[in-house]
Formats: sequence, structure tokens, C-alpha cells
Amino acid sequence: MKQHNSPNYLIRLDNIGLNISGREILRKVSLDVLPKSVLTIIGPNGAGKSTLLKIVLGLYRATTGKIIRQPNIRIGYVPQKFRIDPLLPLTVEDFIRLGKPERQFSLLDILAETGISHLQHQDIQQLSGGELQRVLLARALLGEPELLVLDEPAQGVDITGQSELYGLLAQLKHSRSCSVLLVSHDLHLVMASSDKVLCLNKHVCCSGHPEDVSRHPEYLQLFGGNALTQYDVNGLAVYTHHHDHCHDSRGNIITVTENKKDGKTKLTCE
Amino acid sequence: MDDFFLKTLLNTFLAGLAVVLVAGPLGSFMVWRRMAYFGDTLSHSAWLGVAIGVIAGININLSILLLCLAAATLMFLFQKQNQLGNDTLLGILAHSALALGMILLASVNNTSIKVEAYLFGDILAVSQSDIALMWLMCVSILLLLIKIWKPLLSLSIHKELAQVEGVNVGLYGFLYLLMLASLIAVSIKVVGVLLITALMIIPAATARCFARSPKQMAMMAAMIGFIALVIGMAASSQWDIPIGPSIVVSAAGLFLSSQLLIKLLR
Repeated sequence: MKQHNSPNYLIRLDNIGLNISGREILRKVSLDVLPKSVLTIIGPNGAGKSTLLKIVLGLYRATTGKIIRQPNIRIGYVPQKFRIDPLLPLTVEDFIRLGKPERQFSLLDILAETGISHLQHQDIQQLSGGELQRVLLARALLGEPELLVLDEPAQGVDITGQSELYGLLAQLKHSRSCSVLLVSHDLHLVMASSDKVLCLNKHVCCSGHPEDVSRHPEYLQLFGGNALTQYDVNGLAVYTHHHDHCHDSRGNIITVTENKKDGKTKLTCE
Repeated sequence: MDDFFLKTLLNTFLAGLAVVLVAGPLGSFMVWRRMAYFGDTLSHSAWLGVAIGVIAGININLSILLLCLAAATLMFLFQKQNQLGNDTLLGILAHSALALGMILLASVNNTSIKVEAYLFGDILAVSQSDIALMWLMCVSILLLLIKIWKPLLSLSIHKELAQVEGVNVGLYGFLYLLMLASLIAVSIKVVGVLLITALMIIPAATARCFARSPKQMAMMAAMIGFIALVIGMAASSQWDIPIGPSIVVSAAGLFLSSQLLIKLLR
């Protein structure tokens, strides 16, 4: 078996259930977060994805089930919908230094690694969505996490920024031997960099390698009959699933129009 | 006579100084955390403290402090429920405390209590021992604030991120409320129940235009509070107007001018 008989997971969730004021949020969720791997949780709105992350992080306590963490595991967290009050004057550097003190890597190393060296003295309120995500990532990395937990990191980031961000995350797995646990409800380029995908809708619908999940009947059912899986020439799994709405950068629902060209359904957000 | 006047002036200044030096930094956190309503609720509870102090015949300073600390504890516990909105709950607590205090005071018919002195402040009635106590409290609050600055700032920015990073958000959130309650209790004599929140918020909001970091903003807020105190005192003795409101109006004047200045510079 594994060396030293130590468990081969960083965190194990065993039959986790959560009820909030009588409402069932999660039911019998089991998962292992493995070392040096990228696990992506997908699922529709209200599936309990963020809640599940918060249980992993210890922010919420599960009603039933068991959670086992490796002792003294270092976790970095990139929260969702991050907004800093405009009345708080704060530079990028000040913000990052509020996290864990520097360990092996200095602040400047981390800024370079996340590609935000030029933003060091900027006011944090003036950043774009993509820049802010990198700043949050830098703060998480300063604590040298063994596990990085990101809640919808692509929200409010443009398409180019998204693929750069996922590229950066996939790199971390090798450069830092860091595991990544990631939530997304809009699966486009996530698949290519994930080792495992877990499809959640209050319970675990299915999980496995990205391609397996994408062919799983429950997954297809969850994302509608129009769900298409396509592989583009680069071998990236590009996911198109049916949406009846889109979100703007603030998460508000906006209407969509469908353009059917070449037999493919494209959604355009207005 | 002249000697007495100078002495009163000095007492007034010393009492006011202790309050504004702490109100600025604590007020900055109040602004960042959008907790103005908490300040109002605590100060209204102080009014109930006045009434209870009078009825029970105990030291009014002590009863105000105890009531404020009790209200802070109650508010801390309220934050954990999610049935009612925070502002609704605070509104209920604040105005019930104010009304109850009024009823209690009216029922004992004690003419020795000047209602206005507690509502709008009566800094001229501050004694030397009061001042010593105020400084002791204010310096302690300031030292505690410096000690917990980093975790408190971290939790003010993002509570859950701070929690994941190992900050005991419950403890520091509660400590902040206790500091707020203590400051409000000691500053009732200076500006009164109805105006103390203004002394925390207005200097902090003014400082925002000029500050580049949280520490700068906190220190500038203290400085702006100091300037408002001096102007307010001068205006008060010049035109014989009540001193608490005079300080608050000076602070508001500074805020308006700073906004205009910023507009002109841009």
C-alpha cells in the first residue's frame, strides 16, 4: 500500500450532510482531495458547491458525516464575490501582507509568479476582475498552501483571463506540489486542467475523469438535453451546455440569445 | 474668575482630546465594517444606563459602562441569528432602550438629572477625576486596538478569508464591540448619547480622501477629530453655543470642505 501507512488523501469527506433550518443543502457527499491533483466541482446554481467548499475549509459544520483533515494542513482560500469597501484605502501589497507571514518565498517572488508585480502599489479597488483574482491567489500562495481552494475563480474575468488563470492553476500543481480544489458552475476550459471532476447537485451525481463525467447520463440530464461535449484540436475539452440565462460580472441574470450557426448552439449574452 | 475659566477650558480640552484620539481609529473600523448602526445602538443603550444608574442610586458612569458592555454582548449574540436583518434588530434594540430610559427617568421624577446633559453632552461639568478615568480608558482602548490591529483589519476586509487564515473572528469581533462600548460610555459626557456616533464616523470619512493606507486613515481621523475639537471649542466660547454639537458641526464642516477640496483638485 502507501508508504508509511499514512493516508493518501489531504482531506476526506465521508457521507457529509448539511441541513440549514430544515432545508437539505447537501446529502451524503463523500470525496477525497488527493495530493498534487486538481479536483473540480461543477453543478447548477444552488447545488451546494460553495457550501461544500466551506465545509472543507471548516467555515461550516456538517450536520452529519465525518471530515478528516491531515493534521496541520495548510490551506489557501480564494473566496467568491470578493469586494473591498471603497472607504478602505488599501494597496495590493498591504492586502497580501495581511495574510500569513512570508515563509520560503518572499512577497516579490509570489507577485512575479502570479504575474502581478506591476500592481504592487496599486489601490486594490482599482483592479479588474482578473487582476483581483491573481491578487487573492497571491495572498493564498504566501502561506505556502498544500491545498488551494478556489470558489468560482473565473467569475468576472474575461475569457482570455480565464484561460490564463486556469493555466496558472494547472502550473501550481507541478511547481508547488499543491493540490487544487475548485468550484465552477460554468464549465468551459476547466476540464482540460482538472484531474477529476465531481458533479454536484446536493448529492454527488457522478465523478471521475473529465471525459467520463461528460458522458455520464446524470451529468447530461443535469445540464439539459442540449449538452454537447466537443474536443477541439488542442485536445482541450470544451464544454457547451444549455443555459437559459447568463450572468454579468456582478452575477446578475441577463437575457441571452441563441444563434444557431453550423448546427452548433452558441449563446450570446447581451 | 479668569483662573476658573482657564481651568474649565483645559478640562474640556483634555476630556475632548481623549475621546477624539480614540474615536478616529475606532470610527475608521466602524466605517470599513459598515457598523454605524451598531454605534447608534450602543449609545442609545447608554441612555438606559443613565436611567438605571439614577434609579438604582449607583454611580452613573459605572451603570452606563455596564449597560453598554451588556448591549455589546447582546448585539454580538444577535449577529449569529439570521431571522431578522441586523439593521432591523439594532433599530429595535436602540429605540426601545432610548424609550425605556425616558420612561424610567420620568417615573422617578428626579430633577437633579439634566436630561440634555446626557443627550447632547455637558463637557463643562467634567471633573478632574472624570478626566483621569477617561484617559485611563481611552489609552487602554488604543493600546488594545494597536495590539489586535492586524487580525481586526483582516476580518474587517473579509471575515471568511480571515477565518481560514486562522484568525479567531468571533473573539476579535467581540473585542471590537467591547472597545466601542467602552469608548461610548466614556464619551457620553463630551458629546452625549445622540452625537457620539458622529464623532466616530465623520472624522474617519473625512480622512478617507487623504489616506493611502488603513493606518494612515486611522491616524488622520484622530487628527481631524482633534481639529474639530479645537474649532468646536473656539466656536462654543465665541458664540456661547453648546460645545458637543459645536464639535460635531465643526467635524461636518471639515468633511464638506475636504469633499470640495478633492473635487477642485481633480
